[in-house]
Formats: sequence, C-alpha cells, structure tokens
Amino acid sequence: MDLLQPTHEAFSLLFSGNPEIWRIIFISLRVSLIAMLVVTPLAVAAGFFLATVAFPGRRALVILIQGLLSSPTVVVGLLLYLLLSRQGPFGSWHLLFTQEAMIIGQIIIAFPVVVAFTLSAVQGADPRAHETAVSLGAGTARAALTTLLEVRFGVMAAVFNAFGRVFSEIGCSLMVGGNILGLTRNIPTAIALETSKGEFAQGIALGIVLMAVALGVNYALAFLQGEGGLK
Amino acid sequence: MKRRLLKALIVFFVLCVTGWGANQATAAKDIRMSTTTSTENSGLLGYLLPVYEAKCSCKVRVISVGTGKALELGKNGDVDVVLVHARPSEDKFVAEGHGVNRSDVMYNDFILVGSQTDPLRLRGTKDVIAAFKILGEGKAKFISRGDNSGTDQMEKNYWKQAGVEPKGAWFISAGLGMGEVLTMAGELQAYTLSDRATYGAYRSKTGLDILVQGDPKMFNPYGVIAVNPKKYPDANYEGAMDFINWITSDEGQKRIAEFKVDGEQLFFPSAKKDN
Repeated sequence: MDLLQPTHEAFSLLFSGNPEIWRIIFISLRVSLIAMLVVTPLAVAAGFFLATVAFPGRRALVILIQGLLSSPTVVVGLLLYLLLSRQGPFGSWHLLFTQEAMIIGQIIIAFPVVVAFTLSAVQGADPRAHETAVSLGAGTARAALTTLLEVRFGVMAAVFNAFGRVFSEIGCSLMVGGNILGLTRNIPTAIALETSKGEFAQGIALGIVLMAVALGVNYALAFLQGEGGLK
Repeated sequence: MKRRLLKALIVFFVLCVTGWGANQATAAKDIRMSTTTSTENSGLLGYLLPVYEAKCSCKVRVISVGTGKALELGKNGDVDVVLVHARPSEDKFVAEGHGVNRSDVMYNDFILVGSQTDPLRLRGTKDVIAAFKILGEGKAKFISRGDNSGTDQMEKNYWKQAGVEPKGAWFISAGLGMGEVLTMAGELQAYTLSDRATYGAYRSKTGLDILVQGDPKMFNPYGVIAVNPKKYPDANYEGAMDFINWITSDEGQKRIAEFKVDGEQLFFPSAKKDN
C-alpha cells in the first residue's frame, strides 16, 4: 500500500475546503464540546465531594469510579442503545440516532474520568489552603472553590483528558449515532467507514485533523498552565 | 496574549455549541432508513438519494448495516423504512407484523470471488454448491461476513446445501461489512462470497477475480418495506411510503438502471409495473 499518494490526496481534500469533511469535523467538535460543558461542573463537584466528605460506602464508590475509567465505550453504547431504542424505557424521547444521544454517551464516558482525576488532584492539595480559607471566614462553598483553584491544573488536566477520550471514541458514537451523513457522522466513525470503503485518503485527512485537535488541546493546556505548571 | 487565546477559545466554543456545526435537528419529515452495506458501499444511495431528496425536500437518514441488523432496527421502530436483501427474513418481518407494503426494488446476483491465482481452480464453474463443497475441504482460506447480513445468510444456506459445517483455521468469520471483507480477501488472497454491486465498486482496489457466477441459486433480490405504522404510530409512515413509491416508480427504477461503476450496471430494476 502506497502511503504517500493517499496522504497527498488527504491534504488536498482538507485544504480545498471539501464541505463534507469539514461538516464531519464540526459535528465531532460540537458533540464533544457540549458533552464536556455538561459533564465538567457535575463531575468536578462529585470529585471534590468524594475527596473531602467521609460517608459510608465512599471507598466502594471510589473504586467503582476508578473501575469505570476502563469501561469500554461500546458497552456504554450498547446500554444506551437499549435504553433509547423505541422499545426501550426512554424510547418515547426519540433520541436514538441523534447528536443528543451521542452527547449523552460521551457524558457517561467522560464522567468517571473527570471525577477520578479531580479526586486525586484534590486529595493531593495542600490542606492549608482550605484551612486558611475557613479561618478567614469562608463558607463551605467558598472554601471548596479556593481548594479547586489551588489544584486547577490537576482539574484542567482531568477535563482535557476526558475530552481526549470522548473526542476519539468510536464505539458509542457508532451505536447510538448510527453514522448518519451530515447528522451523526463524526471523525472517528467517518474514518472507520472510509477505511472500510477503501478510501484511505479521506481516512487519513480526518486522522490528521483528529491528531491536530488533540495536539492543539494539549498545547492550549500547556500554554494556559504557563509558569504555574512548574513546581 | 493569554487573554486573547482564552477569548478566541470561548468564542469558538460558543460557535460550536450554538450550531456552527450546522446541527440539523431532525425535521419531522425526515425519513430514517436502515439498509444493507451493499447499497451504501457500492455508491448506489449516493447516486439515488440526492435526486429523491430534492424532490421531496426532505432528508433520508441512512443507517448502513447488515440486513439482519437493518431488520432489527425496523422491528424496534428505530427507523421508518428498510431496504434489504434476504427474502426469507423479509417475509418473516412482514408476517410478524413489523412491516407493511413490501415491494421488489431491484436485483443483482451473488458471485464467488478469489485471488487471481485461484488455487482451488474454481474459475469458470457454474455450480455454487459444488464450489462450496470444494471450499469446505479447507485447502484454502475463505472469509465469511459472519454478521447475519443478507450475504451471510445466503452463504450459510450454501454451506448447508453443500453439507459442510464451516469450521477450522481456513474459515475466517470476519464480522465486517462487504467492502471490508473484500479488502480482507484481497490482502489474504482468500475466497469470499460477495454481491456483484459491492464487488464492482471494489474490484480495482482488491485485485480479486470473479470465479463462480451465473448459478440461479445466486440470484439476489432487494426489497423495500415500510415499518408498520400500527405498531409504531410515530414512525414517519407517510415519508416511508412516499420513498417506496418513488423508488419503485419509473423514475426511480430508471435511476437504478443508470447507476454504473466503471461502466458496468450493478443493480437491475425489478419493481412490478402494476403497483
């Protein structure tokens, strides 16, 4: 298999402004960004709660969340498919094969990632930040915010990590999205389809975009961390 | 600089979320169709649907899977119309009340393809069952779709008639679509059963040759079925029927006949004129 030829075609596809390819890219970004927007506040709060509040069953819950980190996305997809199918319990919502279904799937996939990483970031925080805030008269919420700001780089890493996972996952998107052109075809499902059709140029073009976005996200993270990332 | 980057990120974020990604909420008129991989992989739907979509000013949302899965989606009411090729399963689907108004649409045929070297010397034979008996001796690799698609069901049927239980290192159950299996057969220099349409679209990419063809047992008819509106009142029955009427109309049938890959016609219209 000649690798250069399809790669060359890939670049010309991308830069000739092929609308179909760019649509796929925007669908991918849209779905993953909305999912992260929804999941981040919930999961960060949950992670903080788990790290700071003792309650019965906490240990089991932490283990469960960490176990879910390795949950295969196809299993999430399958469960969600069964729930959203018209014969399933939420069938009347008509969500199967929509972007909303993909967003829900990605939320489920991202949630344990953000929770687990936030948890370990908060646990590793200097307890004096919290104590100082409280001694200066901060309420529970204000003190929590102080701690989270203290460990913001850890929390950001959690969010970016989760974004990386949902942005590149295929199993769930394929199952609940259905890979419909112009509606639910995102970068990973399109790569799988184009490869199955033997259209390697399109696959490579989309692979380049996937890598570029992943690199861009990490670059942005490093840039925003700036000197603060140094210890 | 940092601020500007942050601002740019936020703007981009908002644009994406508010629909720069051109989210088209599925309009009520949209038709959801599950179909086999052959109609999509061969390029037929890409050729047919834009014409229909311009006419009905709606969108046909295509979910391209194996016939087994395509019917399953219809059974669950997750689509409005199915376009598949496995007559016994289709009849069962209608008999069980999942679908109504089954119509013939078109046909092509199955072919047995393999590498140009053809180690089993099947080239030019006409009896598919005899060929499967030879394949069953296990002297060369055979790739099976293994996904309960129409092609897979036909292949199982051939094994049964040949009295062979396909098992062993020579029998590769891929669990993939037709195009992927053809690509795999090209890479592994293996034999496989294909529909003529998908093979036509992949011939130059895989370098496989047609070895066995022309057996009446290899006839491959496609049917279109609307999902039963009594079972799923919120299915787009009207849209499904409109699509069925169009694809079986003179215009739709003519388009099917006109569709060619490398100058070769891949599907042959077969809708009955009287309906």
